[in-house]
Formats: sequence, structure tokens, C-alpha cells
Amino acid sequence: MNRKQEGAPVVINESGIEIKPVYDAADVALSGGAERVGDPGEFPFTRGIHRQMYRKRPWTMRQYAGFGTPRETNERFHYLIEQGQTGLNVAFDLPTQVGLDSDAAMAEGEVGRVGMAVDTLEDFEIAFDGIDLEKITVSLTINGAAAVLMAMYFALAEKRGYDLEKLRGTAQNDILKEFVGRGTWIFPVEPSIRLVGDTIIHCAEHVPRYSPVSVCGYHIRESGADPVQEMAYGFCIAQAYIDHVLERGLDIDEFASRLSFNFDIHGNFFEQISKFRAGRRLWAHIIRDTYGARKPQSMWLRMIAGGGGGGLTIEQPENNIVRGAYYALISALSGTQTMALCSFDEAYTIPSARAARTSLRTMQILIEEMGLCDTVDPLGGSYYVETLTNEMEERIKSVMAAVSEEGGIVRAIAEGNIQSAVSRQAYEHLRKIESGDVRKVGVNCYQIDEDQPDIEFHPVKEEECRAKIAGLEKVRAERDNARVTDALRAVRDAARAGDNVMPAIIAAVTAYATVGEITDCLVEVYGRFPEPIRF
Amino acid sequence: MGAKIVVRALMDAGFEVIYTGIRKSGEEIAAVACEEDVDVVGLSILSGSHIPFCRRFRELRQERQIEDKLWLVGGNIPRQDETALRQLGVDAVFPVGSPLRSIVDFIKRSAR
Repeated sequence: MNRKQEGAPVVINESGIEIKPVYDAADVALSGGAERVGDPGEFPFTRGIHRQMYRKRPWTMRQYAGFGTPRETNERFHYLIEQGQTGLNVAFDLPTQVGLDSDAAMAEGEVGRVGMAVDTLEDFEIAFDGIDLEKITVSLTINGAAAVLMAMYFALAEKRGYDLEKLRGTAQNDILKEFVGRGTWIFPVEPSIRLVGDTIIHCAEHVPRYSPVSVCGYHIRESGADPVQEMAYGFCIAQAYIDHVLERGLDIDEFASRLSFNFDIHGNFFEQISKFRAGRRLWAHIIRDTYGARKPQSMWLRMIAGGGGGGLTIEQPENNIVRGAYYALISALSGTQTMALCSFDEAYTIPSARAARTSLRTMQILIEEMGLCDTVDPLGGSYYVETLTNEMEERIKSVMAAVSEEGGIVRAIAEGNIQSAVSRQAYEHLRKIESGDVRKVGVNCYQIDEDQPDIEFHPVKEEECRAKIAGLEKVRAERDNARVTDALRAVRDAARAGDNVMPAIIAAVTAYATVGEITDCLVEVYGRFPEPIRF
Repeated sequence: MGAKIVVRALMDAGFEVIYTGIRKSGEEIAAVACEEDVDVVGLSILSGSHIPFCRRFRELRQERQIEDKLWLVGGNIPRQDETALRQLGVDAVFPVGSPLRSIVDFIKRSAR
């Protein structure tokens, strides 16, 4: 906190906005007025994208889960559904995320570690066994290898006889943010965008209710961006995908309604809520005014929010349960569509069943006991929240304008400028925590000296990993390998010709081609991304 | 991101740092350490694969004859795994939450 030389202390939030001790109607008017707020379910959707919001249906509860083999993950999925979870959010291990098979040399030690290991369609058949995918929607947290895993999901749906016209679900599939944070890229920037375009176009034409991309401000924030930059960079990235798809001939209203967003929650309470309300209004304006969309659904900022791993601490991990509860409250007050709450052990491991259940109960308590679903946007009209919403919107706009002036987001990412800026901020933020300028409970204040107990880690069973590799070898031996070879050639040919690769990839996964085999075909054509090392 | 933060802290403390980028194999890292004749090798591992990775890296240190170089490991390392890593020859472990100064100080004190 900065302090003036004399008088009352100055309070400045993380986005750089000075917070006044008291707000009134004049502040709302000065910051842009209240008339721009509008009604819930009406343009510009500041108060929420639906008229009734949670009154009609609470947010979807979608805890992140997946580890070890598809069989173990399937058990966790069933457990979470029994506990009242209403959607699935699948974690994949790193080899799968970067397009490697479980028996690849680089996969050694990583199989099943941070998520479920997937090599072939058989793994999806096992992972989703006994789960009705027409009732439970599934979100695939996959990016570099998203086209392949989405193809697998569609192939599974087809095999089960589902109507693809009605199939819902989401893939994260936001490759641009992988270059900024997270890091599971495979191909260079341009073909990566093209691949995202292929999935959007394929879905628009064949799986119209599926959400092919969930644009993530989340990981950019986790990498060091402030809340304004989180929204601004997220929107710039979403626009990069939109511009690409428009160039390929689709109309904005044919696909914009299926784009969704994934945002972060940690830090100042009201700053986050205003960030979401501002973001919703700004996005509606961008889609209507910049792109000329006519369908209101195209203008909706649909989002998943609730997590914010960066806010959690390894010190005094039980404090994370409390932080998680506040994040859930922020998310509910912000009008999110889906919540995936960060679990209290997320700072050091993939969630245990107990931690995942605690997160689920946190959300259920808000719904069942706290009345968070009773009325829409309960903070609407607050002098403070409306003023801050106006101010956040202006700042998001100016960051977006700056990106555009400097040559656009795609160039900034390819050259490593955004990465360099956010990692510098992350360093500065950590320095402030270490110096005590930014207070973190249990870390630089209210620490305890006593020895912390050993924490529960998810055990990786090496025999399970070996069994996974043995299973992969069995699939390779038993499948029709001539058909696989042809299918892989078709993937390579489609990529080379610049055709939409999705039909060929779906045919390949249906023939039980592996994630690694298909990725290798695409690498032959597209190459690999050379990581820019900049400080 | 943690590794990049450590790189900045070391650069600010006056060290020359070679950052290899993410997702590098043990072979690639050992090769760089050998060719550049560094004083310290730091590995950042977040996924939980630190034990198998370091088991393999110990062999590579022998093969490349870089066992004289200080060996640090950081990242998402549970306290209960520190002993196992030390037994593999790791000189110091800096789990998430370690003060940057402690890393800088350790290197200044111990670099051979």
C-alpha cells in the first residue's frame, strides 16, 4: 500500500485504480454513468447474460479431475458425479498435452502424473464408461493436442450413437495463451491458430452446440498479468481466433456464440467482480460493434471462473479452504456460468478426493444455504461496484488499444513480448511479497513456527503406468494397421493441402491411431514452435 | 514461471544465466551444462516427476563428467522427497515458496 506524505492512506488496487474511502452517485456518473448497465439478459449484459440467471439454474459445478490411467480417472468421475457435480473437467498428463504417447522417451516419469494419460480412443472409452455424455457435459483441458482429443471425443460420441447436432461440451483449445503461460504448445504460432480455426469451423458445421474454444485469461493472470491485462489479453486472443475464422469465410453469428472464456479469481474481492461485469459489457460491444453480430447469443461472454491457484499458498494449506470459499462467492456474485474451484491442496498436488469434495461442498453451501441463487447480480447498483466496473472497462480498452498499436497480439506473442512483460511483473510481485509490501497471510504475516505436517500427495503407481504402456502396445498390435497408415497419410495430406484437418483426424482416431502418431504427422507439415528466450 | 523468476533474481544478483527454456530432456540440459562449462545446474520440476528425472540425471552427470557442478532442484517438491533427492546427489532443494535470497545466498556460498 502506498502512503501519502500526510493524511489518509492511499489505496490502489492491483489494476492501478485508486480506491476512494466512500463512493456515491456522483462517482458513478463521472466514471461513465449508470445508464450503460442495462438489465440482466439484455445488451450489453453487464448484469448477466440471462434474465433469470441462477434462479433458473445454478452454475455448473465442474471440478478439475484426472490422474493416472483412464480407469482410475473414471472412478473419480463417478465419485464426483455421485457427490453432486454437474459437469466434468478433464485433466490430462503432460505427455498427452504435448502430443506424446505414453511410451515416448520424453514421457518417462510423466505418465499419469498431472492428469490422465491418453493414447488412443480406447482410453476415452474407458474414461467415460458409464457416464451419459448427453446429460453430463465434459470440458477437455487440452490445448496443443486439442484437435486430436476433440476428435476422440466426437468419435466416442459417434460410436455411442449420440446425435452430434445436440452434443454439448467444451475444449480449452486456446493455444495462444499457452505461448504466454502454461507452455504446452507444439506447433509454431501461425499453424497453431489455423488448427484452432479448423476446430471452430468443424464444430460450426457438424457439432454446433459444442464449445470448441475456451479463451483463457486465467493462465495469463497466473503468469503475472494484473486483472485488467488478464481480460485485455484474453479478448485480444479471442479476436485473433475470430479474425482468422472470418477470413476463412464464416459469418460471425455462425460461431461466436460457441466461444467461451476461462478467467482467474484471486486478489481483491471487488476488483474481480467489477472485472467480470466490465468484461461482459465490453465483449458484447466488441462483438456487436466491431463484428456486426446480430444474434444476442454471439455477444454473450460465457465463462468458467472460480479457480485462482496463484492465490493459494503452500503455507498453512487449510487457509486455502477459506480462500476457495471467497473465490466461489466472487464467482457467484459475478454471474459465472460454470465454476471450477481451486482445491485447498492445489498449491502442491492434483486434488485429493477429499479436497475436491470440499470444493464441491463450498459451492453447494452457496447454493443451498446462502441464497446466492435467489436474485440476479445482487451487487448491481452499488456505487462502488458500478464505478469500478466503468473504470475497469476503460482500462481494459486502453490495454487492448496498446496491443493493437504495437502490431497486435499474435506478433507480440510470437516475438515473446507479452511473455517477457508478464514474467517481469511476476518477479516484481514476488519481490513485493518477500519485502512485505504485498501482504499474504501465512506467508509474510501471521506465520506459524511449528512444523507443518506432511501433506497428502496423490501417489503415482508405477505398475499402473507400465500397464498403460502395455495396453498401448496391445492396441497397436490388434488394430488394423493398414487402415491406420492410410488414415495418417490422409491427416498429413490434409494439413499439407491447407484443408480442414478435423475430418481426417477423426477418421484416424476412429482407427485407433495414437495421439503421438497424429501429432507427428502434423509436426511434419507444421514444424515445432521455437521458444523465444527473452528477459 | 518460477524458473523465469529465479533467472531474474540470479541475473539481478550478478550471475550469468543460461536459461534453456521449458520441456528439456535431461540429455539436453546435461549437454548445455557440459558445453558451456557452467558452475551450477538448476532444474525446475513442477509435475511431480522429480525423483525419476533426477535418478536419470545422476547417470547423465556421470556420463558427461559434470559431477563437480553444483546441482540444485526447485519447483513443486514435497518436503518428504528432499532426502531422496539429496541421496541422489542434489546439493540443495528449493521448493515452491523458497525465498529468492536463499537461492542466491546458497550459490554464493557453495559454488565451486
